[in-house]
Amino acid sequence: MAKLHVSTTINDEPVEFLCDPHQSLLDALRTTLGLTGTKEGCGTGDCGACSVMLDDRLVCSCLTLAAEAEGKQIATIEGMAQGERLHPLQQKFLEHAALQCGICTPGFLIAAKALLERNPDPSETEVRFWLAGNLCRCTGYDKIVHAVMETAAEMRGAAA
Amino acid sequence: MNVIDKPEVLGNKWIGQRTIRPDGADKVTGRAAYAADTAMPGMIWGKVLRSPHPHARIRAIDTSKAEALPGVKAVVTSKDVVHFPLETPVPVGIQDMRWMSRNVMAREKALFHGHPVAAIAATSEAIAAEACRLIEVDYEVLPWAIDIDDALKPDAPILHDFLTFEGKPSNIVGKLEHKLGDVAAGFAEADVVIERSFRTEPVHQGYIEPHAALVSVAPDGKATIWSSSQGQFMVRAMCAYMAGIPQSDIRAIPAEIGGGFGGKTIVYLEPIALLLARKSGRPVKMVMSREEVFRATGPTSGSKSTVKIGATKDGRIVAAQGTFHLQAGALPGSPIRGAAGCAFAPYDIPNVQALGFDVVSNRSKVAAYRAPGAPIGAYAVECVLDELAAALKMDPLEFRLKNAAREGTKAAHGPVFPRIGLVETIEAALAHPHYKAPLGKHQGRGVASGFWFNAGGESSAQVNVTEDGNVVVTTGHPDIGGSRASTANIAAELLGIDYRRVSVLIGDTATIGYSNLTGGSRVTFASAMVVTQATEKVITTLRGRAAKIWKIDPDAVKWENGEALPAGENAGKFPGLSLAEIAARATETGGPIGAGIQLNTTGAEGGFATHICDVEVDLDLGIVRVVRYTAFQDVGRAIHPSYVEGQMQGGVAQGIGWALSEEYIYDKQGRVDNASFLDYRMPVCSDLPMIDTGIIEVPNPKHPQGVRGVGEVPIVPPLAAVSNAVHNALGRRFYSLPMSPPRVLAALEGA
Repeated sequence: MAKLHVSTTINDEPVEFLCDPHQSLLDALRTTLGLTGTKEGCGTGDCGACSVMLDDRLVCSCLTLAAEAEGKQIATIEGMAQGERLHPLQQKFLEHAALQCGICTPGFLIAAKALLERNPDPSETEVRFWLAGNLCRCTGYDKIVHAVMETAAEMRGAAA
Repeated sequence: MNVIDKPEVLGNKWIGQRTIRPDGADKVTGRAAYAADTAMPGMIWGKVLRSPHPHARIRAIDTSKAEALPGVKAVVTSKDVVHFPLETPVPVGIQDMRWMSRNVMAREKALFHGHPVAAIAATSEAIAAEACRLIEVDYEVLPWAIDIDDALKPDAPILHDFLTFEGKPSNIVGKLEHKLGDVAAGFAEADVVIERSFRTEPVHQGYIEPHAALVSVAPDGKATIWSSSQGQFMVRAMCAYMAGIPQSDIRAIPAEIGGGFGGKTIVYLEPIALLLARKSGRPVKMVMSREEVFRATGPTSGSKSTVKIGATKDGRIVAAQGTFHLQAGALPGSPIRGAAGCAFAPYDIPNVQALGFDVVSNRSKVAAYRAPGAPIGAYAVECVLDELAAALKMDPLEFRLKNAAREGTKAAHGPVFPRIGLVETIEAALAHPHYKAPLGKHQGRGVASGFWFNAGGESSAQVNVTEDGNVVVTTGHPDIGGSRASTANIAAELLGIDYRRVSVLIGDTATIGYSNLTGGSRVTFASAMVVTQATEKVITTLRGRAAKIWKIDPDAVKWENGEALPAGENAGKFPGLSLAEIAARATETGGPIGAGIQLNTTGAEGGFATHICDVEVDLDLGIVRVVRYTAFQDVGRAIHPSYVEGQMQGGVAQGIGWALSEEYIYDKQGRVDNASFLDYRMPVCSDLPMIDTGIIEVPNPKHPQGVRGVGEVPIVPPLAAVSNAVHNALGRRFYSLPMSPPRVLAALEGA
């Protein structure tokens, strides 16, 4: 089957690649483009480890076709820090030990950032339900929820 | 901001601090390389063909059509794996290569649905998958048994007819007994005796990273393995055995590991990828799908247990008896030692008998899972204790406190306990506001305690001073949950330097001495010991170098706050020499500065916990929600409190999943029917409350920093704590797990 040519933007940089029509965005990111920060935990959209932004939508890249990236803006974990400056969420995850093995962390960070962009002042319940699509087996979620809520508070403070 | 807390204990600057983990920036930016993130030039893909039957003799395998498919580079079957005859044990750690090799690749029989029978390496994953479909396997399908009761029936299909129990071929393939005193006499003294039977289902470790491996074999036969495991030395040993090559021909490199919880203490893909790489001459990458992880990697055992405990009117436990049948899966090796050994260990009971039976059936071979076996034993015992406390009209925590094991208590599994911290955990629970907090409608509260042995064993560390006076520490333990952070804290503390000047690396099998698995709650305990000794050796060298520069006796030099100072009668005679100043003059004073230590560490001593759990039961939907949870644990010493709390919270969450929602479901064909994260229900963020922790530090006298170990104990009490809370909420008790909505509803509607 002929490959498809895709022109897209990933982390604010123009990118072109070839993909199979059935290839997932996750596979294209990881295998074709070498962006392995996005993880595969299940391949069925149940664990959220492969979360990326497709324009302003939070998606599981394992359930998104690579060809859907055509003309879109994709944001992955590799684009979250600005040079040496970590995003406040990344910094807060480190300070709160909100990761243990770290395999789910890129997905949680992408999802949490999407939440705070929509809702800068989420309640604990809102955080927990927003992140319910991201599985973590190490932390029991406690420190993740704390880190997200504290980041939100700090970002509100900085914006005020 | 890098440091959140002020030092709290003993004037330590770094031990006990919430420092930023050395590997943190890599892990929040996507830079950290996990096993599936690695690639090599010329790499091809491996895939496993798995048995479609739960039990079948393999008469023949024809791979000719698969081999003829363009793009296929290698095919392996059990013929390519070293044959370990069934009658001769070949122990590697707690595993046996007879079983390991047959678990990696079925030999005489396929023993469970999903059991590997052949593997392909091809230029693409799609071709490898297509080639798997072209392999023709001639199976003689055999009757099978999935559950313990079926496997124990007199006419049950026998999985391994060379294994006998009481003189006959049997699916009981192992037995263990712990005895103390005289149980019959003990029960005769009892005023109240309660005996109950319990069941638990197998549950999976649920690591988010599926197993993955990349193996390259050079033309001279030297192999390099990148894989996600809890022990690169275990990977090296097992691969060497199965491929029939010397361990020195294998370099096993530990990738970052995306969770293990015990499930990555054995190999699945590595030997297969090695054989495929050797045959094809190409680097071979293999990654399991989540479905493969569920079907063919180790959950922990399902179980059936019977526990009988007797106490006198004044609340003294006088006798206890437990029988624990654990599912091993298809090959021997269920954690009966954890179940029978840990079950009664928290209590001072004069008469104990604990029996464990290892039962095989046609499901995937179990692997270690956090405190293997212990939650199963504690579930039964801690539920019976709750009933006993009620019968005696005693508060359940006071009842436990009255019977708690202390220093000098003889445990049925062998040891006389040294100083331990169980009493402190119970007292902390009693004193905590959670225990007295009011409960709402349909809410209930439960408590439970738990024990894990903890573990020492072999560890190696190398501590090197860089030419510019910083420090690199290498250990042999994959960092699964922040252990680099505790290593950095310890080295920085001893050297008196900022922890950010300590770089912590995990060595591969070629660069660091043998180190046993990351597991058993041993890593911080054991690596702290070798890192401490190696760092102390470095400090001795640093003092010696300063002495040389000052031309005084090394004994007249002390090390303080990161610098050498003249001491004794020389005190004040010379300005101090910093680490950087000594490092800069290393060549002229004797050469590079560094030290390595390799030890078989001992003295881990037991860990204990007591948990309080509040649940709310939705009577319409049958959903049990944990609404508040507080865990108290004696960890000896918390080198890095955040990662200690994280272990406690994570273990509790897994225990809640075990109690409420996780289970393997089999269909009528003997296949796992819920092999996905959608259908195998692990707790998600919205299922749980905050999990409060109370770290208790009763230092282990046998450890330089007082460490006991943390990771296992937190999963031991929750099964019973949740069950006791549900009983308290509903006034009725469930004797099997999980207490999932369908089961709770069925019970409520039947009531």
